[in-house]
Amino acid sequence: MSTSTDHGRPDPEATSPAANSDGRPVSDRGDTVCVIGAGASGLTAIKNLREHGFGVDCYERETGVGGAWNWRHDRSPVYASTHLISSKPFTQFPDFPMPDSWPDYPHHGQVLSYFERYADHFDLRSHIWFGTEVIRVQPVEGDRWDVTTRSTGGYGPERTARYAAVVIANGHNWSPKLPRYEGLEQFRGEIMHASSYKDPAQLRGKRVLVVGAGNTGCDIAVEAAQQASRCWHSTRRGYWYAPKYVLGRPADQVNDTLLALRVPLRVRQWLYHWTLRLTVGDLTRFGLPKPDHRVYETHPIANSQLVYYVGHGGIGPVPDVARFHPYAVELADGREIDPEVVVFATGYLPRFEFLDASVFGDSAGAGRPTLWLNAFTPGHPTLAVAGLLQPDSGLFTLSHWQTVLFARLLQARRDRPERAAAFAQRVRDRAGERYSGPVKESSRHWFEVGHADYLRAIQRALVELEGK
Amino acid sequence: MSTSELRIMRGREWSRPVRPARREVLSAVPELEEGRPPLLFVPGFGHGAWAFAEHWLGHAASRGFPAYAVSLRGHGASEPAPEATLRAYAHDVVQVAASLPRQAVLVGHGAGALVVAHALARYPARGAVLVAPVFGGWGVLGAALRRNPAGTLPAVFGGPLRLNRGQLFSRELPDEEARRYVGRLGRAGRRAQWALLGEPEAEPAVGAPPVLVLGSPDDRVVPASTLTRVARRYGSAPLLFPGMGHDLMLDARWAEPIDAILDWLEKEPAAH
Repeated sequence: MSTSTDHGRPDPEATSPAANSDGRPVSDRGDTVCVIGAGASGLTAIKNLREHGFGVDCYERETGVGGAWNWRHDRSPVYASTHLISSKPFTQFPDFPMPDSWPDYPHHGQVLSYFERYADHFDLRSHIWFGTEVIRVQPVEGDRWDVTTRSTGGYGPERTARYAAVVIANGHNWSPKLPRYEGLEQFRGEIMHASSYKDPAQLRGKRVLVVGAGNTGCDIAVEAAQQASRCWHSTRRGYWYAPKYVLGRPADQVNDTLLALRVPLRVRQWLYHWTLRLTVGDLTRFGLPKPDHRVYETHPIANSQLVYYVGHGGIGPVPDVARFHPYAVELADGREIDPEVVVFATGYLPRFEFLDASVFGDSAGAGRPTLWLNAFTPGHPTLAVAGLLQPDSGLFTLSHWQTVLFARLLQARRDRPERAAAFAQRVRDRAGERYSGPVKESSRHWFEVGHADYLRAIQRALVELEGK
Repeated sequence: MSTSELRIMRGREWSRPVRPARREVLSAVPELEEGRPPLLFVPGFGHGAWAFAEHWLGHAASRGFPAYAVSLRGHGASEPAPEATLRAYAHDVVQVAASLPRQAVLVGHGAGALVVAHALARYPARGAVLVAPVFGGWGVLGAALRRNPAGTLPAVFGGPLRLNRGQLFSRELPDEEARRYVGRLGRAGRRAQWALLGEPEAEPAVGAPPVLVLGSPDDRVVPASTLTRVARRYGSAPLLFPGMGHDLMLDARWAEPIDAILDWLEKEPAAH
């Protein structure tokens, strides 16, 4: 019998002679839970599952922890200047604070060292198989899972192990989303997605067009304003550019003062608009389009510098791109500009290439599963996704509580099956629920959540699972 | 543990984080790393990290445990903080615990045990030891007023709490040493002192750490009934060291309680 706390590498010889549907040997890992990915969400999954008494095997395709935040990883989207856009109290794991000596908005290098310390502090590395990628996750009878792995890059034999449960924490900021434009193939300049932008030296002395007004797009535009010989910033619509500080304090802390008081959304929006009018002012004066939505309806953009550089002429705001010509880019208003470099900061799409899309109720395979709490799948009570959230705040706190909830669900399956069954029913009933106010439709906004709404939903789910 | 007590939303803490303060941390680390969990000692009100540096840090290190002691803000050589709250003290403890290389065992003495109880709700310690815990309440105040009215009464009005030799040490401790220790005592912030009277109970610990409660039946600050009550809260009975005063880490027979703590850590499976 295999024990749940035993953390040896799954060893085909030492285990029961189970076989999967292809007749290949499967090593049975008993009650052990499989975690896919050792980034922020994967690490907290390991820690919380271990804390609740479960054995864990985590598979990480890279050779270090930190996932997206580890700039050495080929799937990491961070660039040299990446800083957090949520301040420390909203970013750190709730039970492992970032050091007091760090700034309000830490640099990505500090975030990586935070994860390394978290992994060492809670002794997580001994549960992680580095350099191992998951190529297949298949449900088998008894709500168990066959996970097939091999060395990253496709070397070595495949091996399959059977797990009691699976946490998918493979991240959603690594598969670039590239929009289609007429004539893009003929364009003679350099084209890159923001995922391959690492350093402002790539832009130095060039004429640069940055497409996209997400936080990354704005950061790159600001860097281009300082390094490039010319910078245009193309946005589809007008946005609210929130400053990082209000009243001398991190803006998200001021905002949460209102949330803690449960000030209604409309009042918060009004206060926010009023604050922005005082601090940032009317953006149409700068040639930026007027926002077509109210604040809190798109992912917040926290950038104090963008408007500053627009005011200095370093950034020229332009509308959407209409089409590409070999030596020019035609804009929606008919103007033509002649950038040498085009940076598409157009975002990423979640991808689960190891999982049959039907498991997620995502038959179209659009990377858009139907889940409850963005984590639980109807009909698969032992599967959870961690970190598939686009919060208006830090993600790590949310992943932490997701994985605590999942660990307690697994405990309930063992100790109080009737409660786990009731939970499964709620997953079926409420799959697809949203945790934010109305948001603009877009391929990234479907998993946009308001952190307060979402955490309250998790709290309710915990109470329903375990309460009286 | 009921989840209705498990708090996810902490709007006030997020929007008003504790202001950082420079902290004094003293340590004694074994020469050979033996894979034992680090211990973080948290002194009670008025005491600084020095109280543990006298004997316990070195003794723990000699038995293979990396040992650290923090001075809460406003104490010892940490930054002065007259307006410190219990929450700020717990913040200091969690900050130091999270900075240690591995998951730590928190050891709180006196009111430091209450600070540890609060810190346990914010940090999944590997284990916790509450030494002569002062969890507050009117009973403790009554006992202190009876034994030492002149030293206690000012604290009720926000003045310093002055504990005397008779409250802290047994007669076995040489007079000269006792006087030296009493002379080193400082004071806690008045808001933190008042918290001993009316603060809501600490939230349940995260990560279900094993908790050991120990003290002395002859402690003149913490009545034996309090020891039993605190221990029961954590599902155990207190370990007693008769004949010792409140400051078990400084009193004449300081080696007995620390050896008992280290023995417990070696035996307790969850604390490894």
